[in-house]
Amino acid sequence: MENKKPFIELSNVGKVFGAIRALKDINLSVELGMVSCVLGDNGAGKSTLISIISGLYSPTEGDYLVDGEKKLFSSPRDALDLGISTVYQGLAMVPLMPVWRNFFLGSEISTGRGLARRLDRSKMKQIAADALKEMGIVIKDMEQTVNTLSGGQRQCVAIARAIHFGARVLILDEPTAALGVKQSGVVLKYIASAARDAGVGVIFITHNPHHAYMVGDSFTILSQGEIGLTARRSEVSVDDLIYRMSGGAELESLEHELANV
Amino acid sequence: MNVSPSDKVSEESFSKRQRFSRIAVNVIKRPEIGSIGGAILVFIVFFTLAEPFRSLGPWSTILYQTATLGVPAVGVALLMIGGQFDLTAGVGVVTSALAGAMFTTQISGNLWFGVVFALFVSLLIGAVNGILLVKTKLHSFLVTLGTFLMLQGGNIAITKLVTGRVSTTDISTFPGFDSAHAIFAARFHIFSLSISIILVYWLVLVAIATWILTRTTVGNWIFAVGGEESSARAVGVPVDKMKIALYMGVGFCGWLLGMHELMAYQTVASGGGKGNELLYIAEAVVGGCLLTGGYGSAIGSAVGALVFGMTTQGIIYANWNSNWFMFFVGLMLLAATVFNGWVRRRVM
Repeated sequence: MENKKPFIELSNVGKVFGAIRALKDINLSVELGMVSCVLGDNGAGKSTLISIISGLYSPTEGDYLVDGEKKLFSSPRDALDLGISTVYQGLAMVPLMPVWRNFFLGSEISTGRGLARRLDRSKMKQIAADALKEMGIVIKDMEQTVNTLSGGQRQCVAIARAIHFGARVLILDEPTAALGVKQSGVVLKYIASAARDAGVGVIFITHNPHHAYMVGDSFTILSQGEIGLTARRSEVSVDDLIYRMSGGAELESLEHELANV
Repeated sequence: MNVSPSDKVSEESFSKRQRFSRIAVNVIKRPEIGSIGGAILVFIVFFTLAEPFRSLGPWSTILYQTATLGVPAVGVALLMIGGQFDLTAGVGVVTSALAGAMFTTQISGNLWFGVVFALFVSLLIGAVNGILLVKTKLHSFLVTLGTFLMLQGGNIAITKLVTGRVSTTDISTFPGFDSAHAIFAARFHIFSLSISIILVYWLVLVAIATWILTRTTVGNWIFAVGGEESSARAVGVPVDKMKIALYMGVGFCGWLLGMHELMAYQTVASGGGKGNELLYIAEAVVGGCLLTGGYGSAIGSAVGALVFGMTTQGIIYANWNSNWFMFFVGLMLLAATVFNGWVRRRVM
């Protein structure tokens, strides 16, 4: 398991916007069936990294490899075609629409010909219900509108949708940021099962080391556009992550200074 | 687990009750529910107060009023579900009729060319509204307020320029009138009811719009564009094209009513149509459309039209001052909006 071939590999990737260097020397590999956590504070470069992996930006330095092949994406569509799918914080859902309509939005299934061409409602409801059930999400009624779901359920529906439509790697942008403890738990459980059961590679972007450690197989800490730490699960503890996340040494010296005030 | 017989029975009746309550919730969740209640209420009021309401004959007029109020409201309802306003919907009807009349009398000589030209003008107005909205990224209220004022002034100015008067000349002597009249303004009888063909077209429009909204991919996209534009864009819905098409749909409805009015009255007064755009919006809102988009139905707009159609005629039949009409429109708009909002908060 340790020596599995990575599906996505970034080697020495950097991104420069004019005079601003957003990312430098980023090395990251994502394996199928594994959860790779990317941790970082606000402004650490997480969004830029997501944008590069999802094909929104192309890197100005370094190589982006998918399945061992060097790639240069011109739009997120290219990445999506290779099964690299991003679930943004907005989730790309429409709150007042039923679950099944949201699930198939933009990829509707139709039946019939010509003027009688219509949505295959029963088929879509069935597929959506099955896909959700397979992932352990219980939603009573597919006609329920998305705004009646809890935040965690909504997140899970978005993830299930991405997996159903062929995602091999899922980029999850702060999926637990706006959620309470219980709802975060629902989503974390779901992230673990997406990797383990569906065999999807997950890039879990978060600023919460506790959440990351609960599901992560490997950890990358970004700070000021550079990698602060790369480690496998066996190499770090949650306390290490917390320490490194909170600025570690800097914080210690600050504590020292404050003690002397 | 041990389940005693009595437990089983109560479980069954519970699930039955649950199923019933789910059906009840699904019924009350329909966007039209408020307007149907309103229609029943208005019917009861005028049935009690206005004697002609109790016989069939006057319903010819009531249904005719309803249809003419309802045709543009279908397009407006779809547009509002798509999250946009169109203030040109009222004067657009007159613009279309004027364009048809003047093209016939001044250029083509045959009325059918005028009809086709009017369709072109109506769709063009819709397309211009849509493209302006998409390109400027301004609020649709502002964009169509601008084009509404332009049309309102342009209707009168161009008519004066062309005909020297504020209305068009009679088109009934031009070739093609008989067939055009038969298509757009025929009347037939069912019992003592005199039915205009525009009523039939209106019902067909409502049916088509309902089909599109609830049964097709395009309908899914209309709800998505109005409900959460960024999400719709993110999953690949052609948001801009949808908006332009929805405005052209309003244009089409305006053309249909415009042609009806042209054939039914043969001349067009260039100053008409003002204020109707707000009635169409009010009908759609009474019928359950949200001002913010993403929710509503075409059937709702039809029931909204019926409410207003019954009110206009009911006030006349009850011998009230006709100015009370607008008062009641406003009152019902408020009542329906409050009620619809209350229902939505309860069940959704």
